[in-house]
Amino acid sequence: MFITKAPVEKVIELKNHIFILKIFAPEIASIIKPGEFLNVKVCDSNFPLLRRPFSVCDVEGDFIFLMFNIFGEGTKILANKHKGDLIDLLGPLGKGFNIEGDYDTAILVAGGLGVAPFPYFIRKIGNSKKIHSFIGGKTDKDIITYRMKNITISTDDGSLGIKGNVVELLEQNIEKLKSERIKIFACGPNAMLRKLRELCIRHNLNCEASIECAMACGFGICQGCPIESVNYPDKYLLVCKNGPVFNIRDVVI
Amino acid sequence: MKKADLSVQVGKLKFRNPVLLASGTVGYGNEMSEFIDLNSIGGIVTKSLSLKPRKGNPPQRIVETPAGMLNAIGLQNVGVEEFIKEKIPFLKKFNVPLICNIAASTYEEYVECTKILTREDAITAFEINVSCPNVKEGGLQFGNDVKAVGKITAGVKAVTNKPIIIKLSPNVSYISHFAKVVKEEGGDAVSAINTLVGTAFNIITRKPKIHNVNGGLSGPAIKPIALAKVLEIKQSVDIPIIGIGGIMNWQDVIEFMIAGSSAIQLGTVNFIDPYAAVTIIKGLEDFCMKQGIEKISELTGSYII
Repeated sequence: MFITKAPVEKVIELKNHIFILKIFAPEIASIIKPGEFLNVKVCDSNFPLLRRPFSVCDVEGDFIFLMFNIFGEGTKILANKHKGDLIDLLGPLGKGFNIEGDYDTAILVAGGLGVAPFPYFIRKIGNSKKIHSFIGGKTDKDIITYRMKNITISTDDGSLGIKGNVVELLEQNIEKLKSERIKIFACGPNAMLRKLRELCIRHNLNCEASIECAMACGFGICQGCPIESVNYPDKYLLVCKNGPVFNIRDVVI
Repeated sequence: MKKADLSVQVGKLKFRNPVLLASGTVGYGNEMSEFIDLNSIGGIVTKSLSLKPRKGNPPQRIVETPAGMLNAIGLQNVGVEEFIKEKIPFLKKFNVPLICNIAASTYEEYVECTKILTREDAITAFEINVSCPNVKEGGLQFGNDVKAVGKITAGVKAVTNKPIIIKLSPNVSYISHFAKVVKEEGGDAVSAINTLVGTAFNIITRKPKIHNVNGGLSGPAIKPIALAKVLEIKQSVDIPIIGIGGIMNWQDVIEFMIAGSSAIQLGTVNFIDPYAAVTIIKGLEDFCMKQGIEKISELTGSYII
């Protein structure tokens, strides 16, 4: 992990308020792994003060891609970056997805902006495994399919794909999917991950989930991002250091 | 041109420069050492220790505020035993003064922690946290009570020969009253300020943004308050002051020294820029050279009012 000031190549608006930031950052591009993240200082001033954590969305040669939606002051500033603007990146941080392993099909489960880490995941996995993506959102406006593969969609209001949440969608397909050796990789809101965790326990499925959490430093000193551990109930794990990717059964979401 | 002398004296304590890293923003040194050479900084103040390990508060523990942040970590720490066994061996590798911060729930616990830790040669001094706003018992309660602060100072002094720094709360009417009792009871220095009590609400759910409801406000938002508190102490009590509160750059350090600080601590800035200490030390060197300041310690309390 280190700090680098890297030039913005392009800001791409995918759809309503959802953006991709393409940054020239060869040092990071060469070492970052899927599921790891960067803590980004959006400007030099004291407002906003803290860095913002973003999973790496994709890597293409010397370029890294970050996906975000406009949520507050920080992301508004990011959306207004121009080619050549320098952006202050701290990383790579955290523990990413364990792509290797004894399975044939990676089941990707993403809620809303939870698709963010998966384009890079899909790129890294190449043709070594099959991919099936389940993507959910409140409405069709929240569905992002950027660089995703073999997609099935659900929306809460039924405006796109199957009506319902993405975990229900997965459950409808689970018996069929279980005929192969599968591993689930998930990212999304905690409410989704909570339901997914129950499903994984019920069906005895192997699942790694990337967990979102407010944090200040991103490298373990502020202790601002605790998560309850199943195996060590008398102490918290830190999302930034022990995660953000966890075996979904090991943590209380 | 001759290099400026950045070394400073805080009572009996000597630091190679006035830049220390504040408790709770440097862990036990290991993460920071991946960014900077710990031997280049003035000193390290380790994360608050209690006698037994503390789990800390449930999430959400931090929230950003304008030019600041609120935290309610709840003194999560490994406890004295694991600190000695697991953390001191790593910290020993560095040639940097180690100030061990102690936070307890009772008077007896403060004394007991100090008694055990004083046997460790690696520890240079103690900083006694009587002002954490984020735990139910102790902490702020002690920090608000002049008599309790006096009693704790005398109690810990009695069991150690190492210098005692008392970290003062800004959440009081007159911080100088607390500095005065620290001096009377034999305390070697004070550090000021700890965080200010604050809160924030989610306007949709109407719930506090922090699980603990209140948190401690830090960052550049509190700098003017911290400076005023340092000045208040300097003007009324003859005790060395370690200034803390929203320092982001070398200019802030100079300001804190002018207001009366002999040394300073960097806190929140470490979360944003773990290289800040090194950049700031370089900035101080350049400033002294340009201004013809031979010894940076000349700046302490040099205000013209």
